[in-house]
Amino acid sequence: MKKIIKYVILDILRNKIVIAYTALLLAISLSAFSLEDSASKGILSLLNIILIIVPLVSIIFSTIYIYNAAEFIELMVSQPLKRVNLWLSIFIGLSFSMTIAFLAGVGLPILLYAPSSTGFMMIGMGSILTIIFVAIAQLCSLFTRDKAKGIGISVLLWFYFALIFDGLVLFLLFQFMDYPLDKPMVALSCLNPVDIARILILLKLDVSALMGATSAIFRDFFGSQLGIMLTMLLMLAWILMPLWWSVRKFNRKDL
Amino acid sequence: MIIATNVTKKFGRLIALDNVSVTCNKGQSIALIGPNGSGKTTFIKCLLGMVVADSGFITFNLQNISHDWRYRSNIGYMPQAGRFPENMTVAQVLDMMKDVRKKTNPATDEELVEAFELKAIMGKRMRTLSGGTRQKVSASLAFLFNPDVLILDEPTAGLDPVATEILKAKIRKEKEKGKLVLITSHILSDLDDIVTEIMYMQEGKLRFHKSLEQLKEDTGETRLSKAIALVMKSN
Repeated sequence: MKKIIKYVILDILRNKIVIAYTALLLAISLSAFSLEDSASKGILSLLNIILIIVPLVSIIFSTIYIYNAAEFIELMVSQPLKRVNLWLSIFIGLSFSMTIAFLAGVGLPILLYAPSSTGFMMIGMGSILTIIFVAIAQLCSLFTRDKAKGIGISVLLWFYFALIFDGLVLFLLFQFMDYPLDKPMVALSCLNPVDIARILILLKLDVSALMGATSAIFRDFFGSQLGIMLTMLLMLAWILMPLWWSVRKFNRKDL
Repeated sequence: MIIATNVTKKFGRLIALDNVSVTCNKGQSIALIGPNGSGKTTFIKCLLGMVVADSGFITFNLQNISHDWRYRSNIGYMPQAGRFPENMTVAQVLDMMKDVRKKTNPATDEELVEAFELKAIMGKRMRTLSGGTRQKVSASLAFLFNPDVLILDEPTAGLDPVATEILKAKIRKEKEKGKLVLITSHILSDLDDIVTEIMYMQEGKLRFHKSLEQLKEDTGETRLSKAIALVMKSN
């Protein structure tokens, strides 16, 4: 298994897209920090970009990578290897390289400019989001043999997590304005890893006071030790569920 | 050595394999013959676990293959059209395969690598290779780990006459060592002096499995190509 991981990582690190991605993240975060006068403002403006770009690049790049690795996968499946190990090796290789790219592009500037607990929360959340979206991409690539369709599915899913979901939440919020929605809102936001990441980072920042009454509930839940433990478990589930589903699908796939 | 029992595989509405039952033993050299789309490649992929059968099961040395992957260390497989990671060089592909199979197959057999003069193209990337050269790499990989079973899917398609003779000589040599060889090919004249058994498939069904002598006797022909032509016509 180690050998396959090695070959996947070597292959990805040679890829120019990953280097370009690292450079893009680096440029964004450096300019965010040097344009704003305080570090926490810098983090805030970085936040929204990170929450959109990191999932997008992770999911699209991974999907394309898996379609392009079709030959490699075909070659390996006929060898004395366990299919599960092959698939997990690809997952580990992909998430490792994407996380490294994220840490180099965003982690380093944060460590330089804003080494606060908010900064560390942001590094942690960005890394977890990267891994979650690699797992989702691996699942997407198993739904269809057609590369274009596969990429389409992953773009749609990204669209859902980054934009449509928030729209739906707002819609529900306005429809049921007369009812107390604070607690359901907490449950609802657990359905989207991007939202969880956003809330956790915002709560670390002082601006959470701007979110009104709901913020108090959020702070009660996500701010407590138990809440943090639960959300970490939740994020873990967001990695493991798509991964487990994709392993099941891959085990039965005809190559 | 390999026993398939009632193997059925459907792709959507198409029945690729229909209740195929077959026994292949050590030392046999079997030709898998049939028209295009008769399920030959699907059957081979089932043996390798690349295609998962809908029903029925396959055993390798009396072990069910669906829960065991180790049996593949005894198989050398040459696919119909070898697909390799495009950005890797020939040397990298060979090294990677050796690296992956180092544990299960420590000894390698580089005879074909030398016979095909692959040393000269070791630095070339796989995507720059011609179809025939790719086949040479593919064939070398199949024989590289000295496996007990050789599964060759259209091995001579795309090879030049010299390379074809080299490959045939190698197959004959391995057969004499008592290995099980399974070949599909449409170039029946290539098979004449290699194979001992014939499996004939049509529309996903196994029509017959008999020895070459038996087939020649039944059809009254002395050459395999004529005998098969007769079988195809009579169906």
